[in-house]
Amino acid sequence: MSLAGATSPLVETRELRKLFKLKGGALLHAVDGINLKIFPKQTLGVVGESGCGKSTLGRTILKLIEPTSGQIFFKGNDITALNTRQMRPMRRAMQIIFQDPYSSIDPRKSVIEVIAEYMFIHRLFRNRRGTFARAAELMDQVGLARRYANLYPHELDGGRRQRIGIARALSLQPSFIVCDEPVSALDVSIQAQILNLLMDLQDELGLAYMFVTHDLSVVKHISKEIMVMYLGQCVEKAVPEELFANPAHPYTKALLAAIPRPNIRLRNKEIPIIRGEVTSPINLKPGCRFAARCDYSMEICKTRDPDLVEISPGHFISCFKENLNRSNEGAASR
Amino acid sequence: MNDQMVIAEDDAVEEFRRENQTKEIWRRFKKSKGSLVGLFLLVIILLLVIFANFITSYDLAIKQDPSKILEAPSMEHPFGCDNYGRDVLARTIHGGRISLGIAVLATLCSCVVGSLLGAVAGYFGGVIDSVIMRTLDIFMSVPDILFTMAIVVAFGSSFTVLLLALTVAFFTNYVRLVRSQVLNLSEQDYIEASRAGGAGNARIIFSHILPNSIGVIIVNVTLNVAKIIIYESTLSFLGLGMPPPQPDWGLMLSEAREFMRKAPFLMFFPGTAIVLCAVAVNFIGDGLRDALDPHLKS
Amino acid sequence: MGQIANDVILDIKDLTVIYKTDLETVRAVNNISLSIGRGKTLGLVGETGAGKTTTALSIMRLLPTTTGRILNGTIYFDGQNLLDFNDHSMQSTRGRLISMVFQDPMTSLNPVYTVADQIGETIKHHNTALSKGEVSAKVDETLSMVGILPSRKNEYPHQFSGGMKQRVVIAMALCCEPALLIADEPTTALDVTIQAQVLAMMRDLRNRLGTSMLMITHDLGIVAQTCDDVAVMYAGEIIESGSVEDIFTGERHHPYTIGLFNSIPNLETSVKRLKPIPGLMPDPTKLSNGCFFAPRCESCLDICRESSPPVTSGGFHRIKCHLCGYDGR
Repeated sequence: MSLAGATSPLVETRELRKLFKLKGGALLHAVDGINLKIFPKQTLGVVGESGCGKSTLGRTILKLIEPTSGQIFFKGNDITALNTRQMRPMRRAMQIIFQDPYSSIDPRKSVIEVIAEYMFIHRLFRNRRGTFARAAELMDQVGLARRYANLYPHELDGGRRQRIGIARALSLQPSFIVCDEPVSALDVSIQAQILNLLMDLQDELGLAYMFVTHDLSVVKHISKEIMVMYLGQCVEKAVPEELFANPAHPYTKALLAAIPRPNIRLRNKEIPIIRGEVTSPINLKPGCRFAARCDYSMEICKTRDPDLVEISPGHFISCFKENLNRSNEGAASR
Repeated sequence: MNDQMVIAEDDAVEEFRRENQTKEIWRRFKKSKGSLVGLFLLVIILLLVIFANFITSYDLAIKQDPSKILEAPSMEHPFGCDNYGRDVLARTIHGGRISLGIAVLATLCSCVVGSLLGAVAGYFGGVIDSVIMRTLDIFMSVPDILFTMAIVVAFGSSFTVLLLALTVAFFTNYVRLVRSQVLNLSEQDYIEASRAGGAGNARIIFSHILPNSIGVIIVNVTLNVAKIIIYESTLSFLGLGMPPPQPDWGLMLSEAREFMRKAPFLMFFPGTAIVLCAVAVNFIGDGLRDALDPHLKS
Repeated sequence: MGQIANDVILDIKDLTVIYKTDLETVRAVNNISLSIGRGKTLGLVGETGAGKTTTALSIMRLLPTTTGRILNGTIYFDGQNLLDFNDHSMQSTRGRLISMVFQDPMTSLNPVYTVADQIGETIKHHNTALSKGEVSAKVDETLSMVGILPSRKNEYPHQFSGGMKQRVVIAMALCCEPALLIADEPTTALDVTIQAQVLAMMRDLRNRLGTSMLMITHDLGIVAQTCDDVAVMYAGEIIESGSVEDIFTGERHHPYTIGLFNSIPNLETSVKRLKPIPGLMPDPTKLSNGCFFAPRCESCLDICRESSPPVTSGGFHRIKCHLCGYDGR
């Protein structure tokens, strides 16, 4: 059933929830019952639009945000209840790369100081010299010339700054990295450089990624498995080839159709545009989150939460309509 | 052999960095003419004050000579003599010791105390924030000058009491300033990045938040040094400063007031000293703020 | 000059713009020429710092006054050179004849006025004769045109979502039915599904009102789906321009254009590895004498480092390259 067969998952979440309490007691459902498994050396792509909770999911797994309920396992150990101090050794194994190469780097630290920071925190080396020597090696590894070591981040462009962020994440030799939209702030030609770098590093160092993005073409390129999120829930999960060839959930279909393709043969082709905007994630009632915008919504969609059902090996969706269609087809063919 | 080369290169990296940083800050500081003038002025004033004993003796500053009362500036007494016949030059130079000493120490104390409280309040938020800020409200609801006067009256005037009084009067500024700065900075991803690397609260505050607030802190410091010099003079002027006959710029001003018409030079010299110090410190502050901001490096 | 065919709404010739500060001179736009046909949409494509926005601001005459300087060139709009206009006539041109939509809708909307106030103000500014009721009716009409219920007109910008705000901004830009709309990355800040809605709406309005458009974007997908003509900018130069067919299906291309296409992960095909353009865009304060793309170009020749390539054209398609140009080599 799972992609990696016999190996055990590196990261696993069970019914992970994060509800933010707002002023006046309202609850914002950022992450709402996510089950996922990420296997060593694999990439799970998480796609969704802004506000779907994908970034919160990444941060909750790293325990940068405390989950409201559910469990997080890392290498089989339950890390849900660990406090800041107990988490510290775990931090060496799980890291994050941020979206914004500007705000994620302290403007008052030189490049080498930024890269060396984590190693100082964990006292990986006895002295500054050793730490800086390792930082310089990391610069080589991510393709940053050593002559930038003493510059300040604002003197570098976004692509190079993102390389600093990657070097910093690698400095503790993690086995798992949450990549939170690492290329969306970059120009396309630079974006491709960074994507290639991330994939090379994965091969070289055996890293597992959770790749969070809103860009479907990027996620298709880099992922072994893709999870589509809508308002804190997983609506569809499959391997990229399957997801792009046979998208099953109405939201996934709409999302795929909405991407402007750099192909003029598709010009003036009528594309199904989904109505309305993402509904507010505050104080959600039971029922399919997408029902309000869905062309196929039925009575049941507005009252009950659909379950995540496996419709073909490794392809999961949570949609009443599709499940109904498939079971009808199944019955007919039998 | 190859390893050696790598190490040699890394050494270069480290050394280059240190030299580079100080040099860089100095280079950027130098660019502004005002701050150089300020630095020059302040160095001269500080040298005069520190080596006061080598320039004129303290005795001259307190020795009364009835024959020289209100004597105009002359070769013998370049700044003239005051209403007790004391040498104004000696008094001005020695007076700087107390005026500047208190100003610098009070600024440092209020800055350290205030910045730490502000950083803690902003960073932790919640109850800690509320307690600190509400206590602060109490301090701020009483006019500073009343507060300082009350402390001095209660404990009697001495160097320590003055220092304490001025610190209490000025630390509130820093709390509010640093707190708002921290609230801004906390939203930056690099704070979260640091936490993701396992950094504790102390590290985040001292390594990221305070260095990034240094700009506003320094501006405030320079404004406050000048303000405290004047404040301390005010206290002396009101008779709550250092007890006479110790020379002190504020005290000298207050004593000279009566003779403003007859001997205007009595006011001129300590007054000029206060103004020069205030201006010098302000200029340096401007230069330093720009020099410490890597964004403005070009 | 000045004799411009009536079917061209905007004609830029040899435009050069610099930003000059005490310390350095940024050569933002270098001798570019482009034209937009009446009712057509021109896509201006390029990466950050390529000079796209500077070009737009030059047309609007909104360059920062302290640093920005137009050194050379003409910008003919409807037969008149905008660079000869005085401030007053430029002011009445902006908004009424040419208007602009910016990337971030929040910066174009004033948070303390209602949406109706802001649209109404633009309408009143350019049609002083209208009565209060007429303005209000026009506001309703404009809002429904961009798909916002007129009943929401008394709300403040913060009560709208990002996509709705961008619709309001577009409504403001279109309320005086300008002849030319400059859209600077109008959907970059929006989600894909919302982007699709806004793009569809813009396409629809353009067709209905016959507005000519300058669409500035970095997204080749948007260009393919919305534009008639394309100009690719690199380091302040237009290195290739032509119809969308020329750019997307033609045989002959500038190496940078090829690099751009190779850099985007393609949804239709699977490649194991992307082929990015090596290196970075040159520093616009230190541009070389040769081709600006030469340091990153795989097929760079000796001549490329020495002299700036000429623009050669095959019909409407123009390429600025020593190697791939239309001069027979």
